[in-house]
Amino acid sequence: MSHFPEGSPYDVETRQRLEQDAKDIIARYPQPRSALLPLLHLVQSQDGHITQEGVQFCADMLGITPAQVVGVATFYTQYKRAPMGEYHVGVCVNTLCAVLGGDEIWESLSEHVGVGHDQATEDGKVSLERLECNAACDYAPVMMVNWEFYDNQTPESAKRLVDDLRAGRPVPPTRGADGLCSFKEASRVLAGFNDGRAHEGVQAGPESRIGVELAKEKGWEAP
Amino acid sequence: MTTLTPVLTKNWDQADSFTRTAYERNGGYQPLRKALGMEPSAIVDAVKDSGLRGRGGAGFPTGMKWGFLAQGTGKPTYLVVNADESEPGTCKDIPLMMADPHVLVEGVIISSYAIGAHQAFIYVRGEVLHVIRRLRQAVEEAYEAGYLGRDILGSGFDLDLVVHAGAGAYICGEETALLDSLEGFRGQPRLKPPFPAVAGLYGGPTVVNNVESIASVPSIVDRGADWFASMGTEKSKGFGIFSLSGHVTRPGQYEAPLGITLRELLEMAGGIREGHELKFWTPGGSSTPIFTAEHLDVPLDFESVGAAGSMLGTRALQIFDETTCVVRSVLRWTEFYAHESCGKCTPCREGTYWLKQMMKRLEAGQGTEEDLSTLNDIADNILGRSFCALGDGATSPIHSSIKHFREEYLAHFSHGGCPFDPAKSTKWGA
Repeated sequence: MSHFPEGSPYDVETRQRLEQDAKDIIARYPQPRSALLPLLHLVQSQDGHITQEGVQFCADMLGITPAQVVGVATFYTQYKRAPMGEYHVGVCVNTLCAVLGGDEIWESLSEHVGVGHDQATEDGKVSLERLECNAACDYAPVMMVNWEFYDNQTPESAKRLVDDLRAGRPVPPTRGADGLCSFKEASRVLAGFNDGRAHEGVQAGPESRIGVELAKEKGWEAP
Repeated sequence: MTTLTPVLTKNWDQADSFTRTAYERNGGYQPLRKALGMEPSAIVDAVKDSGLRGRGGAGFPTGMKWGFLAQGTGKPTYLVVNADESEPGTCKDIPLMMADPHVLVEGVIISSYAIGAHQAFIYVRGEVLHVIRRLRQAVEEAYEAGYLGRDILGSGFDLDLVVHAGAGAYICGEETALLDSLEGFRGQPRLKPPFPAVAGLYGGPTVVNNVESIASVPSIVDRGADWFASMGTEKSKGFGIFSLSGHVTRPGQYEAPLGITLRELLEMAGGIREGHELKFWTPGGSSTPIFTAEHLDVPLDFESVGAAGSMLGTRALQIFDETTCVVRSVLRWTEFYAHESCGKCTPCREGTYWLKQMMKRLEAGQGTEEDLSTLNDIADNILGRSFCALGDGATSPIHSSIKHFREEYLAHFSHGGCPFDPAKSTKWGA
């Protein structure tokens, strides 16, 4: 189990709460094992990363071994092996974003914050990640914070974004909720629990709407 | 001249497009009522007759896929929507699910009814928090309205739908890897056959379809197979979302009949950014061999793109101008494939590793023309020998860049490094 660090044991109250959440998740699936990915998001919402305690919890809930849980958890990049920041900041460096400026953003941001890939600042506020394509190429260069979209970034806007996050100033995503939740709160949504914020934010950004707006302007329609 | 045909994107300009209220205001869930009054087999026939082909990249006929489902296995049938959109350059399903999640939900209900599934899943990549919120809200709203759950609209048909978030793995876009992941395992592809239609999720007959494919079903039921087939080309019928990104004046989502050309799309998008010219582009994501300015008039349908030496893929048109270094671009894609290779089969696991090592050296200007033969040779030994399409995809940028831009590789060697200034290709560089 050495792939993941030791965390702190769950107290009775926490354990009971997590067990109830886990039962809710497991009940959604025809077979319990399907709940493993959501359960890993759930323990990450408690601990901020995957811990040995979290692995054991998932194993207990599903009746599988910790080794089986570790085998899965190490496969997926969203499960973190060390504490991430309250704000987990990703910079897309796949080809298109990299060419349009993602590489320059990453270099200047990493230097500005003083941490590298999958590392967090000492105050625990911010961590950085080099991202693969996040399916927003028309908004390149793209950044993500706690898996919310920050479109059309520059090195300057990226540094300002991180400075604001560290100073506690609100910086809403370009396309997302009206304000950021924490990395742990985001993990809870991924685990399968709604936070009631689906109605917030734009329905679509300008690039997403560009075709339909052009069609309406020109009077083009499907037959 | 081909014009745009907004169907799936039609309501994306309405501020509340993601709500059930807006969806119903625009005629949503009427196709469901119509479908529930039809024989399931008639819906399968309509989808077959429409000519709809999978919008996730491979282009397999959707109705035929449904028709392959094993009957009488004694196991439940499942519908699984592949919403793991991760192919570099592909960015159509994510905005669709953010702006109009109900069209996907309605498509899931109609499709499940057609194939006799009572449990469906939307497997969505985990890195898109707000999209997941919107999907879950749409599913909740559908349950509240009686579109999901028991005895849907009094039809006697039952269906449950779960939105399942992945956790970061490109390979889970491969349908059998997705099923393993959904079962709670590492996302590694399965040996085929058996295909999911025979033994898929939990060993039951399973249909795995892309978001855009399933979202196209309500309109086919509503307007008819002939209407759908009236758009597009003879063998690539209907409309699709074309995603323009990169060095274009107005990047974004353009929904058009299959068979439109990049020249036509570029005209709508204001052309290549001012003062620059087209150098290379991908027709359908990084796994499709790159094209050049020679291919501006290739009709973007499955057959024509294939005949021109690439693949239509996901219509992810990543467009690069003359400031962009091809070798650097291919290196980065190659690093991506090496990172995302699941490790199950040797050609892909070892091959992508070696491609990456070589590309790094060549990009740094340390190479000879002989290395290009070696590079092609490694790629030849991955292509067709890998467990799934990830390995094949990794070879596309390699083979096609050497074919079209051999001189640029050689320029790196004679220059002793990259002759391009990366600052010029940035959005603020110009």
